[in-house]
Amino acid sequence: MPKPKEQWGTRLGMILAVAGSAVGLGNFLRFPGTAAQNGGGAFMIPYFCALLFLGIPICWSEWTMGKYGGQFGFNSCPAIFGVLGRGRVWRYLGVLGLIIPIIIYMYYVLIESWCMGYAYMYLTGGIDLGTDPGQFKEKCLEFFNGFVGANQDGLMLQGSIHSSVVIWAVVFAINFFFIYRGVSKGIERFCMYAMPLMAVCAFVVLIRVLTLGTPNPELPDQNVVNGLGFMWNPKPVDAGFQHRYLWPPGPFRILYDPGTWIDALARPKVWMAAAGQIFFSLSVGFGVIINYASYLKKKDDVVLAGLTATATNEFFEVCLGGLITIPAAFLFLGIAGAQATGNFDLGFKTLPIVFEYMGQPWGRIVGFLFFFMLFLAAITSSLSMLQPAIAFLEEALGTGRRGAVAVLGLVTGCGSVFVIYFSNGLKALSFLDDTIGTIMIVVLATVQTVLFGWVFGVKRAVQFANTGAQMRLPRLFPFVIKYVTPAYLLFMLGMWCRTDLARYVNLVRSDNVVLLTFLLIVVVTVFLLVLIAVGGRRWKAETRDPAPARGVAPATGGAS
Amino acid sequence: MTLAGWIFMVLSIGFVVSLISFCFLKVLSEPSAANHMHGPADIDTHDLDT
Repeated sequence: MPKPKEQWGTRLGMILAVAGSAVGLGNFLRFPGTAAQNGGGAFMIPYFCALLFLGIPICWSEWTMGKYGGQFGFNSCPAIFGVLGRGRVWRYLGVLGLIIPIIIYMYYVLIESWCMGYAYMYLTGGIDLGTDPGQFKEKCLEFFNGFVGANQDGLMLQGSIHSSVVIWAVVFAINFFFIYRGVSKGIERFCMYAMPLMAVCAFVVLIRVLTLGTPNPELPDQNVVNGLGFMWNPKPVDAGFQHRYLWPPGPFRILYDPGTWIDALARPKVWMAAAGQIFFSLSVGFGVIINYASYLKKKDDVVLAGLTATATNEFFEVCLGGLITIPAAFLFLGIAGAQATGNFDLGFKTLPIVFEYMGQPWGRIVGFLFFFMLFLAAITSSLSMLQPAIAFLEEALGTGRRGAVAVLGLVTGCGSVFVIYFSNGLKALSFLDDTIGTIMIVVLATVQTVLFGWVFGVKRAVQFANTGAQMRLPRLFPFVIKYVTPAYLLFMLGMWCRTDLARYVNLVRSDNVVLLTFLLIVVVTVFLLVLIAVGGRRWKAETRDPAPARGVAPATGGAS
Repeated sequence: MTLAGWIFMVLSIGFVVSLISFCFLKVLSEPSAANHMHGPADIDTHDLDT
């Protein structure tokens, strides 16, 4: 018997609600750049390992922890960690769930404004790469560097305010307008329905990229098939790397030859980058899912919802983002150009050339639609990044929503101006993304996994996760989340400390901009720790300590 | 593009397409899925309450 149409409509709407929130800048901009920097095809091995053993299990654990904490009436990461861990230490470790979305927002909103800026430029004809295809690459790079001020620090704020700073201010104001007026759900729901249009746009661009053939006959090797090969062929991380790795440490060590693609598997930074990318694009290890899940009812599903969001995200990332930007970068910038890039800027340096090859006016129309859709996808993510901090400020300080928004606006505004000012080579942005968007996310994921699997108890957690679930957690999940995931994360962090920590410390000590950026992270962290201490006293005074004695039952009316 | 590259590409895309198909089929075939599944976009965070 056929199902009523309304039921199908509701289910499709629900799929869009889950999927719409999953897609962001990480899929189309960060993923291709990160893959290109970390060995192209070889990167996909640690990437899929990270998806299966880190991304999906941690996603499920975050939804479960958030839903559990919400039953006590808490919505912020420190308070929920306090409930789960029953100790003050866990509450303070919850600071990671605040630093990450706040600091990522500081640079994410800037990249979001670049998307808006590019869309505006396409609409008004501001991007003109000329008529000579041989000049497209230079003109595209020149436009991007001028637009973001990548040639000099302070360029964007010297003399007259640069147009891209004005666009950033507008985008920043739009974000806080929606949050301040409490109507962010409205824009998120709108974006949810705009997602299919985004997918259509991405398919159009994908088809154009795959039909480009050999755009420059003088460089026959730079063709589409080789572009796909650059993305998917397993190969060493970089040819210039001369050291041999002894991996793993101890009696089972194997000597890897840097000339083969197996070398990529011996590079901790590649595994860190893969894990960081999975976490970034799934918003796992962000503190965002925990916050949103805390508003769910006990009978709400977290298993199928989490997996559907993950699958949709992967579709946009691997099947669309991965097939568009990297082959395009290879076609127009060559191997060196595609590798020598920051995490986010690859798309801005290559896609305008693709749109130019579409001919006019189609190139302009698709260029506008693509970057505008990217902006819409980004704004849903940036609004969701603000929510955990607002929930925390409301809970910790007892301020109303508007007070919390004002404090958060001041903090993120200062941080974002800092990133704009230190624009030379996008050094501040890249350092924040490397530290917070890669390393700190892995640290938070480790803390969460230990809390979920070892402190809270995996048996109890699985039972709670399966409550109301449309699909039960796999039987292997308890073993994976208790042993495999934490071992994977700890091993990765250990290897990173062994091979990259010294380089990281040297970078901080030797470069003033990097040092200042590091200090920005420290200042924000200290500020939030103080607020957690204030919040802890407040919760105790209200006799709703998030670290209650064992045996305390969840509040019945806490969650919506 | 090498044979290994084609294999990596086909397996990766095949895996992702299979995963998304499984999820969507599961959602569309479960009668009560729409009532109990939520994404951040439709979770009420009580924005208008304070």
